[in-house]
Amino acid sequence: MLEIKEASFEKHGEEAGEERSPKASSKSLTERKPSFQTVSLEEVNRLYTQADIARLDVDRDLSFPGHFPYTRGIHATGYRGKLWTMRQFAGFGTPEQTNARFKYLMREGQTGLSVAYDLPALMGYDADSPLSEGEVGKCGVAVSSLADMEALFDGIPLEDVTVSQTINAPASIFLAMYLVVAEKQGADWKKISGTLQNDILKEYIAQKEWIYPIRSAMKLVVDTFEFCTKDVPRYNPVSVSGYHIREAGATALQELAFTLRDGIEYVNWGVRAGLDIERFVPRISFFFNAHNDFFEEIAKYRAARRIWARVMRDHFGAKNERTMQLRFHTQTAGVSLTVQQPVNNIVRVAIQALAGVLGGTQSLHTDAYDEALALPTDKAALIALRTQQIIAEETGVANAVDPLGGSYFIEALTQKMEDGARAYFDRIDAMGGMVEAVEKGFPQREIQESAYQYQKALERGDQTIVGVNKYAMQDEPQEVPTLVIDESVRSHQIERLEQTKARRDNGSVVKALDNLRKAAEHAENTMSATIEAVRAYATLGEICSALRDVYGVYEEPAI
Amino acid sequence: MDRGRIRVLVAKPGLDGHDRGAKVIARALRDAGMEVIYTGLRQTPEMIAAAALQEDVDAVGVSILSGAHNTLCPRIVSLLREQGMNDCLVVLGGIVPQEDIPKLKEQGVAEIFLPGTSTQDIVRFLRENVRPRE
Repeated sequence: MLEIKEASFEKHGEEAGEERSPKASSKSLTERKPSFQTVSLEEVNRLYTQADIARLDVDRDLSFPGHFPYTRGIHATGYRGKLWTMRQFAGFGTPEQTNARFKYLMREGQTGLSVAYDLPALMGYDADSPLSEGEVGKCGVAVSSLADMEALFDGIPLEDVTVSQTINAPASIFLAMYLVVAEKQGADWKKISGTLQNDILKEYIAQKEWIYPIRSAMKLVVDTFEFCTKDVPRYNPVSVSGYHIREAGATALQELAFTLRDGIEYVNWGVRAGLDIERFVPRISFFFNAHNDFFEEIAKYRAARRIWARVMRDHFGAKNERTMQLRFHTQTAGVSLTVQQPVNNIVRVAIQALAGVLGGTQSLHTDAYDEALALPTDKAALIALRTQQIIAEETGVANAVDPLGGSYFIEALTQKMEDGARAYFDRIDAMGGMVEAVEKGFPQREIQESAYQYQKALERGDQTIVGVNKYAMQDEPQEVPTLVIDESVRSHQIERLEQTKARRDNGSVVKALDNLRKAAEHAENTMSATIEAVRAYATLGEICSALRDVYGVYEEPAI
Repeated sequence: MDRGRIRVLVAKPGLDGHDRGAKVIARALRDAGMEVIYTGLRQTPEMIAAAALQEDVDAVGVSILSGAHNTLCPRIVSLLREQGMNDCLVVLGGIVPQEDIPKLKEQGVAEIFLPGTSTQDIVRFLRENVRPRE
């Protein structure tokens, strides 16, 4: 289908011949600037032709949607069968406040839930810890024990709704809390679906919300794989995340390469623990960023599917299709949002979301326009959801599968992404693997360098941000109302924590925590001891402390 | 007269781990000829004030994304003042709602830099506002 013969080019005036051989004619045509670069500072040619995809073998490299290597998507019907899941990341203040936001979004047509936890929760501290002061409920919802989780999901049937939880270092505890809440609702664990972010590698690489040393933390991740495969078979115990790597300053290629190599690392660790790839790998999901450079992003998603399918088949010997199919969630780039002229962010988000859709995402979060200022208000969150609904139901982009497949530009970019990612894999493999590369600070340094180079390009004016380094307005009116989380959230949370501790059987808590320490010491699977502790209403802080007693804490190397 | 190089402590208080901004700023200030000490992540206000004193810095640049600025910044300023660092400039960068800015300035934060600020503007501000040494 890509065998377009020279003769099929129609001539349009005198320049048509030149347009077909852009390199020969570059001197004779004047352009706005000496070079054109993506937001990742990658050079873009003026024109892409058959010559740029000379290596592409359509059957081998593209095939059809739903067929290996899945470049064109994992479903033969694309979005004609099922639209992507509209899954808005939400969480702020108390569990009750976030529960109300969840219900509001679902009433307005959102099709899945995604929980943002606050920083104390992400770091494994209770609301009453001195370290939690000023942070409770600020960046997400405050949760310190099962009692908070019960309030968070009150009236939300966990057997029917899929919930994604953004939690990493203490992820196994949140999985346990989620399952116990579901059980109390009468849900069957075998029917529960949803996703735990649980991607600890990217924490050391980019987001930096870690607790334990890296190898102990990897062991906890493998525990969840093993447990879910057996007891919660429809649940995704990890969402391997490029999102945060990109936000920290990585290029599109670095996001792709480090994320997929993290995924490979999890598979390696699972295999070493004796797990069957055909059972646990199908439940590994991915999470990518959608940044401003439209075509570069689409190529990134297409390349991700192709690389994963090939690595699973050729390196790990996968036989089942589901083991080779990369499924992913997408979130628009928070880092691209501007404080200046913030309503412009609605436009950025729409275009980024469109890239995710044209790249074949399984689920999507669209950022709210006010997120460079604070957590989103109800109104801003609603516009973000409506943006997805407009893309899905008005624009027609969901009607045909992989509509950009076969574009010279897209296919050349997809190939370049695959080649670049494989070159990074080789460098990381030479270091001994991703854990070793992270210990050496390699991905961290690469990302830091890219972040700085981008900042310099921006300040030179080589990259443009509308309203910031171009079209800036003096005395811009400030009209955006923002969501305020006050300190009363912390006192409310501390009160519930005290009530919970007063009500529970402290003997069971002590026993459960002892069992958990023993499981960790003997390198047994920690999940059942964690569930026991959660059921006894041991707090998040108490459970993390028990594991810290055994594992110790991570110290970041100087980078 | 050579007033010596400006010494800046780039500090990351609170539980937040988003350090892209702090690291870009640290490097930009270094490139501009300043001496920069980066605290690393998750420093308490007490640790930051102690580091500022020990390193004898002219300015502390605080980076916060998490919304905890209203709790953390005033405490950093008062700890610095308590230990006699009355001229030490405190500046803040991060996700800070407009309505918080006047209060932060009242509490002694010299300037608040929001997302989109050029590193050159920050360099200029420090050069113009750091008190010359005796």
